[in-house]
Amino acid sequence: MRKRTSLAFGLILLLSFFDPDPYRSEIYATAALYALLALGLNVIVGFAGLLHLGYAALFAVGAYTYALLNLRLGWPFWLGLPASGAAAALAGVLLGLPAIRVRGDYLAIVTLGFGEIIRVVVTNLEGWTGGPNGLMGIDHPSVGPVHFGVDSKPYYALLMVLIAFTAAACSRLKHSRVGLAWAAVRENELAASCLGMNARQLKLLALGIGGWVAGLAGCVFAAKQGTITPDSFDFIVSVMVLAMVILGGLGSVPGVILGAVVLSVVPELLREFTQYRMLLLGLIMLLLMRWRPQGLLGPASALFRRVREPAA
Amino acid sequence: MSRLLEISGLSKHFGGVAALEEIALEAERGAIVGIIGPNGAGKTTLFNCISGVIRPESGRVRFGTEGRAQDLLGLAPHEICRMGIARTFQNIRLFPEMSVLENVRIGAYVRTQADWWEALWPWSRRVRQEEAWTSELALRLLDRVGLSNKVDQTAGSLSYGQQRRVELARALASEPDLLLLDEPAAGLNHAERQELMGFLRDLRREELTILLIEHDMRVVMPVCDRVTVLDHGLRIAEGIPKTVQEDPHVIEAYLGTET
Repeated sequence: MRKRTSLAFGLILLLSFFDPDPYRSEIYATAALYALLALGLNVIVGFAGLLHLGYAALFAVGAYTYALLNLRLGWPFWLGLPASGAAAALAGVLLGLPAIRVRGDYLAIVTLGFGEIIRVVVTNLEGWTGGPNGLMGIDHPSVGPVHFGVDSKPYYALLMVLIAFTAAACSRLKHSRVGLAWAAVRENELAASCLGMNARQLKLLALGIGGWVAGLAGCVFAAKQGTITPDSFDFIVSVMVLAMVILGGLGSVPGVILGAVVLSVVPELLREFTQYRMLLLGLIMLLLMRWRPQGLLGPASALFRRVREPAA
Repeated sequence: MSRLLEISGLSKHFGGVAALEEIALEAERGAIVGIIGPNGAGKTTLFNCISGVIRPESGRVRFGTEGRAQDLLGLAPHEICRMGIARTFQNIRLFPEMSVLENVRIGAYVRTQADWWEALWPWSRRVRQEEAWTSELALRLLDRVGLSNKVDQTAGSLSYGQQRRVELARALASEPDLLLLDEPAAGLNHAERQELMGFLRDLRREELTILLIEHDMRVVMPVCDRVTVLDHGLRIAEGIPKTVQEDPHVIEAYLGTET
């Protein structure tokens, strides 16, 4: 059963890769970008149980880091990629320092605020970020003689590689000593700290790892678009990625990838319903949450339990 | 015997209520010290102060064998756990979504070191050694508390008495020098209570020091070496179980006086 599912999955991947249609290829690349983002947010929300609503800001930090390093200092993409990851990881930790003093809904509000602050700062720091007009002329990556250009295929391939590594790393982390500690802090912070876990440090670690992944995604996004503006890092992006993580199943690595694919592809399939398509998407999600609140592939999750029984 | 824990002048108020008033308590290494008293006497507050969950206003908590004793006050719970103190909770605090085995394995957190980047490396020797060791330790402890047939169930699905035993096994997995048990017999039936008492005696034979909060005199009297009685945050009696039991203050606190 498991083997057959992964085989089918691999086949779809292969087919999508050789799909000649440029419109559909663009959708695949977008879905892959969201899948990478969802994997990163899953570390924060799914593993560590921190309801983070400012994830788009970390994505922005990654994108602007590469854009600025490239435009001002001429850094190539492959140097910009780890630099973007590191910058976003740092941003995740620094913003987390004050934010994790509060929990649950309050943390959601604080991270939402921080996300908006970053977007507003980027919009107003015109000398550096080009303000609302954004930054243009960012270099596309190249591997030896092959230049990535504007075609979405090579980015899709690159994102696949990044997703593969990130997903493998997340699966290993989830079942590691640190992964268990995250689950413990998420399920009962007091008991976890009395077992020797430094809850603060563990939360910051999750924010750092999640930030790193958002930074990588931001860098690929900037390189692919060639142009970035603050609009691309709106609050709605944070909400979309969070919806993907919850739809797929909090904490489940294959689940959140599936969630990202579904939420990227379904709106496109519903295009013929034009103005009703977001309404339909909302209805689908509503029904899903009614009948399968743990998400497509997730176990019953801590986030939902906390609604019923607030952590003391 | 050497002294492992020495508490003096410990005070904690909640608003105008004195939860603890100048409390003193000592525990020799390898002893079981009972802490009894009516509801609201400050017993759990005392545990919370020792384990760093709440900070008292004044007093001293010295922990460790003569010459190597350290002050605990001001340390965070995770630092105190690292020094060799484990506890259970009056209202059970397991990780309900995790399996029973994982609950106990995670108790050994302070006895393992593998950091997150090592876990990313599939060929890390330390990660595999520690995983094997914690699993083996957890299975051994679960066997001791009689739950070896429940290892794969989620902790939340167990009965109350079984959850108490998982919590005890989890606390022991950190291989503590001092174990704080907050009403371990609450909600247990007669047979389970007998088993628990046998288990506590076994632990004492292994030189583990235990502070035991308990309401049930039938548990406290036979297993404890010394008993401290709290009432309204005050220590009203201290001594061997037999003398404490006959102390008029204690009888008054528990039963009230004739008027």
